[in-house]
Amino acid sequence: MVEKIRDTLRQYARLNRDVSGISEDADLYACGLTSHATVNLMLGLEDAFQVEFPERMLRRRTFETIGNIRESIAELTAGLPAAAS
Amino acid sequence: MIDAVSDRVTDIPSEIAASRREYLTALFASGVITDTGVPGVYGKGRIFERVLGGFDRFITESGLDQGAEVFRFPPVISRADFERSNYLKSFPHLTGSVHGFRGSERDHTDMLRMVESGSDWTDHFHSTDLILTPAACYPLYPMAAGVLPRNGRLFDVQSYCFRYEPSNDPARMQIFRQHEYVRIGTPEHVSQFRDIWLDRSQAMLQAVGLDAQPVVANDQFFGRGGAMLAASQMEQALKFELVVPIAPMNELTAAVSCNYHQDHFGSAFGITTADGEIAHTACVGFGLERITLALFKAHGFDVTRWPAPVKTTLGL
Repeated sequence: MVEKIRDTLRQYARLNRDVSGISEDADLYACGLTSHATVNLMLGLEDAFQVEFPERMLRRRTFETIGNIRESIAELTAGLPAAAS
Repeated sequence: MIDAVSDRVTDIPSEIAASRREYLTALFASGVITDTGVPGVYGKGRIFERVLGGFDRFITESGLDQGAEVFRFPPVISRADFERSNYLKSFPHLTGSVHGFRGSERDHTDMLRMVESGSDWTDHFHSTDLILTPAACYPLYPMAAGVLPRNGRLFDVQSYCFRYEPSNDPARMQIFRQHEYVRIGTPEHVSQFRDIWLDRSQAMLQAVGLDAQPVVANDQFFGRGGAMLAASQMEQALKFELVVPIAPMNELTAAVSCNYHQDHFGSAFGITTADGEIAHTACVGFGLERITLALFKAHGFDVTRWPAPVKTTLGL
């Protein structure tokens, strides 16, 4: 799942460094993630993982680190057949 | 006309909608403002303009010690500058753009036939290079492009602004005047500016008998992505509003808003500090129609009976 998150970050997040070198707990906002790019990232993650972030997850914190994104997606895909991807 | 429109901003309870309509009707009856048949677009009478003009001058006087550069722009900005501002990313639903006719005589005849038959003649219109100004500070940022002086810059702007949100709430107009102070500089300049004006604007409203409360607020961003932008704006406390009662039912409406844009405009328009960093910006915007309506709400429609200190401050 983390690789797919990294791919989505590469496509939408417009970070100021190579996504491969960013650790799971690094602050993505400090890596150049802007508010508007967060919106694109959110929509990109929804497409990639076939999920819809509920309103309670539409917070800065959800997209702050790769680890936070992984946890949110794991929660949303728990029990779904697509979760294996 | 009034009854035909719903408030598209939020689903509002029917008793609030009814009280807004009732208050709007009272405003029309008093002659303070005039119905044009379009929700949120009103003509203003002599008394309304005298009060609004009084507060407008009070804003200018209250900022004289700051030495702001004064600019007045017409209520349109170039399409290219508008695109660079990224307004469309956040507020496509509030945008208004100017269209014009460049067709042939045959197109003209066609179009008139469509007008007569009641069909949509605007297909014959094409976009121009102009967008209606969404906030008074927007024309400034392209003008400030480049390297700032060491102390940054401070501007005083006032303009009609347009937002496409027809509503029966008398306080939510589609076209209205904003008077703003805009600071462009380092994060320190901007945060100092915001501290000064949060206090000062509250004191200014108090001086005319409006008891305004500061609240952390968010803009009406578009869509689900917008919900996230709004949450993020709240979490970072980037927007404060001073809210006052305008309509009945004790609803509170923002009369002043204080916005910290971080490096959004600095980065979009290539504005840098003397040290080469991307400039930060902030503005404090006074909603002139809203403040005027709040004054009528607080002191009544008969200006001659307003408290003497309020009349003195407004030069009435």
